[in-house]
Amino acid sequence: MNEALLAELRAALTPARVRTGATELGLYRRDASNIEGSAGVVCFPRTTEEVQACVRACVRHEVPFVPRGSGTGLAGGATPLDHAVVIALTKMDRVLSVDAVNRSAWVEPGVLNLDLTRQVAHLGLHFAPDPSSQQSCSIGGNVANNSGGPHCLADGVTTSHILAAEVVLTDGSVVVLGSEAWETHGLDLRGAFVGSEGMFGIATKLCVRLTQNAPAVTTMLMDFESVDAGAHTVSAIIADGMVPAALEMMDQLCIQAVEAYIHAGLPTDAAAVLLVEVAGLPHGVAADAARIVEIGTAHGARSVRIAQDEAERALLWKGRKTAFGAIARIKPNYYLHDTVVPRRALPDVLRQVYEVVERHDLLVLNVFHAGDGNLHPLLVFDKREPGVMARVHAAGEEIVRISVEAGGVLSGEHGIGLEKRDYMPLMFAPADLAAQAAVRRAFDPTGLANPSKVLPSPAGCGDLQHVPEGAWV
Amino acid sequence: MIDLLAFAAEVGDAEPVTITGLGTRGGAVPDVRVVRAPAGIDWVQADEMTVCCGAGTPVDELVTELAAYRQTVALPAGGTVGGALAVGRADARQLGWGPVRDALLQARYVSAAGEVVKAGGPTVKNVSGFDVCRLLVGSHGTLGFIGEVILRTRPLARHSQWFHRADVHDPSDVFTTLYRPVSVLWNGSAVWVLLEGHPDDVAEQAAVASLVACEGPPALPTGSRRLVPPAQVPLLTGGFVAELGVGVVHHAEASDAAVRPERAQVLDHTVRQALDPSGRLNPGR
Repeated sequence: MNEALLAELRAALTPARVRTGATELGLYRRDASNIEGSAGVVCFPRTTEEVQACVRACVRHEVPFVPRGSGTGLAGGATPLDHAVVIALTKMDRVLSVDAVNRSAWVEPGVLNLDLTRQVAHLGLHFAPDPSSQQSCSIGGNVANNSGGPHCLADGVTTSHILAAEVVLTDGSVVVLGSEAWETHGLDLRGAFVGSEGMFGIATKLCVRLTQNAPAVTTMLMDFESVDAGAHTVSAIIADGMVPAALEMMDQLCIQAVEAYIHAGLPTDAAAVLLVEVAGLPHGVAADAARIVEIGTAHGARSVRIAQDEAERALLWKGRKTAFGAIARIKPNYYLHDTVVPRRALPDVLRQVYEVVERHDLLVLNVFHAGDGNLHPLLVFDKREPGVMARVHAAGEEIVRISVEAGGVLSGEHGIGLEKRDYMPLMFAPADLAAQAAVRRAFDPTGLANPSKVLPSPAGCGDLQHVPEGAWV
Repeated sequence: MIDLLAFAAEVGDAEPVTITGLGTRGGAVPDVRVVRAPAGIDWVQADEMTVCCGAGTPVDELVTELAAYRQTVALPAGGTVGGALAVGRADARQLGWGPVRDALLQARYVSAAGEVVKAGGPTVKNVSGFDVCRLLVGSHGTLGFIGEVILRTRPLARHSQWFHRADVHDPSDVFTTLYRPVSVLWNGSAVWVLLEGHPDDVAEQAAVASLVACEGPPALPTGSRRLVPPAQVPLLTGGFVAELGVGVVHHAEASDAAVRPERAQVLDHTVRQALDPSGRLNPGR
C-alpha cells in the first residue's frame, strides 16, 4: 500500500478509522457475491468533508477507490480490485431531517433501509423500495444499485424514491443533484447518478421520498398445479387493469424448503404458489381482491388462502422473505440470478430454465417478483462436489442468454457490477455502450471511482473469455 | 421496432440540426435545419403495461389508443411524445402519476454522430447499465433526438373526480388527510383535489376532507412555472397555483431564469459535451 496515501487518509480520518489489518482487508475484499478482489485499505469517514478528503487523496495518488454500504450487493459492484481503497459509508448513518407533511427525508447513505422505515413508522410512512436484504442493506447501496423489492411493482424502484443526492465527485467537489421539488432545471443528473454503482462519485446525503402506509391491505396465497397456470394468472391480473402492491411466485421445490423451515401451512404438493398483496383504500382493495380471486380461480387455482390478520400476513411474507435461508436445508451453496423477462414470456422462460438446470445436473428453486417478470432462479449445489462450479457457470450463462433472447434484460435489481459486465454486449451495441461510457467519463474523468465495473473494456467487448475469476454469470 | 435509419440519415453527423413535433413546447430552434421524428404506434402490450411508438406520435393519439385497453400514459396532453419527454415537465397529476422521467423505459435515439443508440430496456424493472433514459428526459434534445420509445403505461382508474374547497389558508391539513391524492392544487385561499379509485373510496375521502365535487382544476397561470421545495409552498404569496407535495408553482408573473449551483451547471455542461461535442443538436437549448 502507498504509504503517503495512507498517511494522508490517517491524517484526515484519524488512524482508528483507516484500517489495514488482515481481518478488515479480508472482510472487505468482496460483497455478498462470490467474487473476491483485494482491498488495500478500508476507510470509515463520518462526514462529507471526510469523504472529500478520502477521494482527493485517492485521486492525488491515482489509486482507485470503491464506495461501499453494507456490502449486500450480489453482483460484485462493491468488490475492490487491485488493492483499491474501500470507502465504507456505514458510519454515516443518521436520519438528518424528516418532512412529515410533504413526505420526504434527508438521510446519510449508511442508514439501513428498514431502519428508515422504522424511524418514520409513527408518521404512517415508509420507504417504498424493500429489497429482501432490507434489514441490512443501506440507502446508499440502494441508490448505487437502483434497488427493487417486492413492493416496487406498484410503487417503482429506488430512482422513483430519490429526489436529490449530495455527491462528492472525483475532483473533490460537492454537488447536489436533483432537488426537493420533483422536477429539476437542467439535466436529470440525479437520475443518471442513481444506479451508477459507485462509478460516478459518492453520495453523502440523500433526499428520499416517503410513502403513505396503506389504510387497507389484503394478502393472499393462491396455489396451482402447474407453473404455467400461475404465470398466466400473473399476466391476466395485470391485463385486467390492476397493479397489486406485490405479486410474487414460488415454485414447488422452494415451497417445500420454506415450509420445512417456517411451518406456515404452505401447500407442499402445489407446483407453484402466488403471493398477492393488494393495498390501498378499503373499497378498492376489496374489489381488487375479489377480482384477483376470480381470475386465479379461472386459471386453475386450487385454493386461495386470504390472511385473516396481521400475524398471518406476516407469516406468508416470512415464507417469501426467508426463502434464501430455507434453501440451506437442501444444499450448502447457492447462486442467485436476477434477469427480467416480459411477463408473457414467463411460462416459456421458466420451462427453459428447468431444462437447462436438468441438463447440467443441478437443482433450481424459483422464488421471484412475478409481477415484474423479475426472475430469481436459485441454483443450489455443494461446492465441494468436483466439477460442480463449471456446471453452475454454464447453466447461469444459458439462463442469462435465454432471458435476453426472450426480450428481457440482464438485471432487474442486483446491478451489473463485475458479475454481468461482460454480458452487457448481449443487450447493448457498441454505440449504446459508448454513450454510457461517455456519461461516466463526464462524471468521473479520472476513471478512479470503482473502475472496471458495469462497462466491458472495449477490447473485451463481446468477448466472454474476460469474465473475472470467480464471476458467475 | 421502428426503422430509424432514414431518420438517422436525416439528422446526419455534421452541422447544426433541430427537431420539432407539433410545435407546442417551443418547436424548432430558429434558423437551423429542421427534422421530425417518425410517428405512429408500433405496438401496445396491455399485459406488460408497455407501449412502443415513434417519438413524433401525438400524445393525444397515444392516449386515445391506450384508452381502448383501459390504460393511459403519464405524459402531459398535447404535442408529441418526443416533445413531452424532451421537455420533461409533467402536468398537474404528477403527485399521483409520477414525473415524466418515470414513464420512459427505453429510447432509441439518434446521436450527434448520426448513429442510432439504445438507452434503457423494454421492461419496467431494469438496472442493466447506466440510466441514459433519465438524462434524455428534460434534455430538450441536446443529448440526442429521440426516435422511438417504449413507455410504461398505467391502468385507467375506475373513477376520477375533481373536488374543491374554499377558505383554505393552510393547505397542509387537507394534504395530509388524504390518501395518495392524484393532485392537490392551492392558490393561497382554496384547494382543488383530484381523487381516483373506487367510487366509494373517492366519496369517503372527499367527505373526510370536506371537499365538494367540481368540474375541474382552475386555469393554471402561465407567466412562469417555478420549482420550490414543497415545504415552502404554504409560504407563497401573489398570484399562483401550486402543486402540493411536488413543488411545481404556476405563477402569473414571469420570473428570471432559475439559478443553479455552479458545480451542477458545469457537470450539466460536461455531460452535454460528452454526448454532443460540437453542440450541433438543438443548439442553444
